[in-house]
Amino acid sequence: DGAGRGAGGASSAPGQSRLGAALAPWIPVVGLEIHAQISSNSKLFSGSQVQFAAPPNSLVSFFDASLPGTLPVLNRRCVEAAVMTGLALNCSINKKSLFDRKHYFYADLPAGYQITQQRVPIAVNGSLSYSLCIDNKMSQMVTKTVRIKQIQLEQDSGKSLHDDTRSQTLVDLNRAGVGLMEVVMEPDMCCGEEAAAAVRELQLILQTLGSSQAVMAEGQLRVDANVSVHHPGEPYGVRTEVKNINSIRFLAKAVDYEIQRQIEELENGGTILNETRAFDSKLGCTVPMRDKEGKQDYRFMPEPNLPPLILYDAKSLPANMNHQQVINIDWIHERLPDLPSVKREKLVEQYGILPEHSFTLLNEDGLAEFFESVVKQTQMKPKKVIGWILNDLLSYLKQHSLTVKESPVSSSLLADLLNLLEKKEISSTAAKRVLAELWKGEGKTPLEIVKEQKLELLQDQKELEQICQAVIDGQENEVMAIKTGNRKVLNKLIGLVQRKTQGRSNPVLVKQLLEKKLSE
Amino acid sequence: APAPPPLARRASGNSRKAQEISQGSDSNQRVPTSGLDLVPLKQVSVEVLDHLEHLALVDFRDAEGVERLQKAIQFADQLHEVNTDGVEPMDSVLEDRCLYLREDDVTEGNCTKELLENAREKVEEYFVAPPGNGLLIKIS
Repeated sequence: DGAGRGAGGASSAPGQSRLGAALAPWIPVVGLEIHAQISSNSKLFSGSQVQFAAPPNSLVSFFDASLPGTLPVLNRRCVEAAVMTGLALNCSINKKSLFDRKHYFYADLPAGYQITQQRVPIAVNGSLSYSLCIDNKMSQMVTKTVRIKQIQLEQDSGKSLHDDTRSQTLVDLNRAGVGLMEVVMEPDMCCGEEAAAAVRELQLILQTLGSSQAVMAEGQLRVDANVSVHHPGEPYGVRTEVKNINSIRFLAKAVDYEIQRQIEELENGGTILNETRAFDSKLGCTVPMRDKEGKQDYRFMPEPNLPPLILYDAKSLPANMNHQQVINIDWIHERLPDLPSVKREKLVEQYGILPEHSFTLLNEDGLAEFFESVVKQTQMKPKKVIGWILNDLLSYLKQHSLTVKESPVSSSLLADLLNLLEKKEISSTAAKRVLAELWKGEGKTPLEIVKEQKLELLQDQKELEQICQAVIDGQENEVMAIKTGNRKVLNKLIGLVQRKTQGRSNPVLVKQLLEKKLSE
Repeated sequence: APAPPPLARRASGNSRKAQEISQGSDSNQRVPTSGLDLVPLKQVSVEVLDHLEHLALVDFRDAEGVERLQKAIQFADQLHEVNTDGVEPMDSVLEDRCLYLREDDVTEGNCTKELLENAREKVEEYFVAPPGNGLLIKIS
């Protein structure tokens, strides 16, 4: 059901009628079209370089500029990237796929058409599984699946910079012709949270495969959402397309806003137009997009300069062809790396951590590797190490907006610290203080800091006993309270011993000693 | 191999006009002197004209332009007279060729100056285009 989803503080959950339960419930329907820039050296149909932020029009060949007499030549690497992605998303790979032209006029599309795969794309009928937390609690995760309709290879367009003051558009074709994989997700999702989780998982998969770096901020992953609402039992409503979504967080907001907007519009007796809307991140709303009025007629036609793309598998491998001209789907399948879902399972199995821990580890770039590195270098059990990674390390990094790679505390430094703790040379309170010092990145080892700040645990039992006795002698009232049954007051005595020893006493040992003395 | 289908459709198909022309006699026997005899000259509605102008960014609104369009449509409509039953559509004469796969090497680009020589207007190293979606080109 649409109601009751954890929408994180929104005044009404997506799908819920603002006017209350008296009216019929709404079912929101969300589908996604995702464009992922292929990670390759050169473009899809030409040999110009693929690179973010280069001088304008420096990465443009004659073909990219659509000069007459130029022809497209397909980049093998782009095909492999699409096959890998299709296999990872459980698709059927079409051994014969076709290229088409999609015509429309825009300043950043010099040819007047985009080469895409409209009739027969390279991969079809796949699925993507992703997980959601119920009610924002990490401990309760549910797995969902969204069907992948297809994956197609297509060209990216150039970039337009609109100069409204001088009434002109500046065009940079560096991006024109870069290879894209368009991943079409069926409308199996029902809210912003699901859309965001699905895209996040796709992003992780693409990054694991290396087929796309999928960094949304650099435009390597672009998401358009198709949103509609309808009453149960009725046909699907008119859908709108939402564009200009620049982050996963904004994706969730844009989808939820649009669902709510459509519900309110329909409940007020209005209608939904089949239009394209842009998400305004500053205002947190969707607005109709200019230049997109009226239905587009793309006049698809086969790309006459490209014969069909033929892929092979172990059975159909041709005997006499040049290896470089042959793409073997089975060969690629055998070499796929472990996907995120498999990596998570392995982490849980190997280290005994909780499933939600494995999600956090994979969610942060480099964190899983950091964790495994620490585990290798310490005697502390992984189940204890994970706490230090997720609570201490990760929260520090987040506070200072650092990536794992930028961490001033390396995995070996952390492992050294945890070893001191494990060998009971310091208390866990002391360990936290050492960590705080390590964050400064001054190059000191944990042992040096412990010695400097005199944080070693008192090993001398006699000295500890004397201190305990001194505390007992000085706290007559508390001792009375404990002896008459108020055990909680014991914690105060432990605290006092800690203070006297400047945090250098093992609280467990202190408790034992105090209890022994008090029972004498 | 099966015999190729007859080239011209029988008059009982799409072309009512063809039947009118053949004056009721045995239509199988008559060979048209021009394919244009088989197809009607259709009027193009204002909505279609608007749509075409928007798509093609071409303004051909004067009467001569519209008539030329209608004649072009009529000319193309001759294709419908050909019987294509059981014939697979052909994409291009290259469709049986092998699609060549290129290695992922950087071999082109870095010719900003040359490319910008073609630009009527430029700002620094950007091409300059009119705002929005281009302008209608008037045909004289």
